[in-house]
Amino acid sequence: MLNNAIEIRGLRVVRGGNIVLPGLDLQINAGVVTGLLGPSGCGKTTLIRCLAGVQEIEAGQVTVLGEAAGTARNRGRVAYVTQSSSVYPDLTVRQNLDYFAALHGASREAIEQSIADVGLQDKADHLTGNLSGGQRSRVSLAAALLADPELLLLDEPTVGLDPVLRRDLWNLFKNLAEQGRTLMVSSHVMDEASRCDQVLLMRDGHILVQASPDELLATTGADDMEGAFLRIAEGEEAA
Amino acid sequence: MNATLATARRVLQQLSHDHRSVAIIVVLPSILLVVFRYVYNDNDQIFDRVGPQMLGIFPFIVMFLVTSVTMVRERTSGTLERLLTTPLKRGELIGGYAIAFALAALVQSLVSSAVAIWGLDLGVKSAWVVVLFAVVDALLGTALGLFFSAFARTEFQAVQFMPAVVIPQLLLCGLLAPRDQMAEALQWAAYAMPLTWATEAFTEALTTTGLNDIMWRNLAILVAFVVVSIAGASLTLRRKTP
Repeated sequence: MLNNAIEIRGLRVVRGGNIVLPGLDLQINAGVVTGLLGPSGCGKTTLIRCLAGVQEIEAGQVTVLGEAAGTARNRGRVAYVTQSSSVYPDLTVRQNLDYFAALHGASREAIEQSIADVGLQDKADHLTGNLSGGQRSRVSLAAALLADPELLLLDEPTVGLDPVLRRDLWNLFKNLAEQGRTLMVSSHVMDEASRCDQVLLMRDGHILVQASPDELLATTGADDMEGAFLRIAEGEEAA
Repeated sequence: MNATLATARRVLQQLSHDHRSVAIIVVLPSILLVVFRYVYNDNDQIFDRVGPQMLGIFPFIVMFLVTSVTMVRERTSGTLERLLTTPLKRGELIGGYAIAFALAALVQSLVSSAVAIWGLDLGVKSAWVVVLFAVVDALLGTALGLFFSAFARTEFQAVQFMPAVVIPQLLLCGLLAPRDQMAEALQWAAYAMPLTWATEAFTEALTTTGLNDIMWRNLAILVAFVVVSIAGASLTLRRKTP
């Protein structure tokens, strides 16, 4: 088992003339759920795209599961779920999953399991385009789950979901991590941080803090994650 | 199932949910042919002279449009980027598209050729030759659609590539006026356009049973255009984007 599922050194990304990531270092252990939190526009999606190997980078090294991000081998081991649901609206849920299963060589059982994991059993034969936004993003998530990935990159997977479903998904993420998988879950909802093994607080392309939720509350003396983020951000500005 | 066939099946499944597009692909060329036939109501020689070329041009245009719009949709919806993070190879993706639309083109060509040859008494020596070149033309439309879709950011732009790519070929392919009557520069330009070679093959089909040397050569040229366009299309799929 690898100690570091993710290792980033001096990552610099410029998009459209703006420096999104000025020079980022990061190490993430395997088998943990990492919450990537920060305001919209802070570089969360860009960082995740780098890990998926779809982002052109200007400098730095991104090592994922012991290899450069985006290698042929990593494409079979890393699943990336984008913020907007990237599945086909003009196919049924099952047809979508059949297709992604074929690309990953996944079995029939894996398809049914992933439908059950995201709670869409009663929608399996509905046209994906007719589902609600939250349901569509679950189809997108299911397509990643059936790939049986070692690293799951999830960009805001819980947006627009009801609290029960959100809790179920977080339990699912925990189970996946207990099986030894590594998860990186981005969110702009600070409260979701408390469900992760560790939290990355991100702002303006920098990682302010990497710590467990408990450590974060203890060191800042804040009552909740929102408060912790505020204190750290203010401390940063004062420094 | 391998990834190429899975992709072809997925594209056809998408198409099958879109009944209107299926109807347009299957029926539209036949309707246009019927209209074309009765435009020259009193002069069926014109239809006999130009009809076979039309059999090739309609599937070319329809498949160019269908393919380029579908491909742009794949790019803008984020599914393309997602596919490029899976083990799917670029050639498999493009190959899957080509197979799916080639099958659609085959159905289209069989229907429109049957309508033209038996319904409208179009005089050709070998019906299968006409179908063969119609399918190759449709495949050409698909291949060029795959390629040119890389230069369109929106579906709106993709649709506008149609006149840019298709109309020059229509003007120069020898259908409206014999090529040797055109300005010399245009004659040279015509050589670089695939529809020229298709039109010439259809003209030969009026008087030849089976395939003659010119038709074999033109078939090879058309297949080369298809292969180069498909290869070019897969080069335009970049895994990493800014």
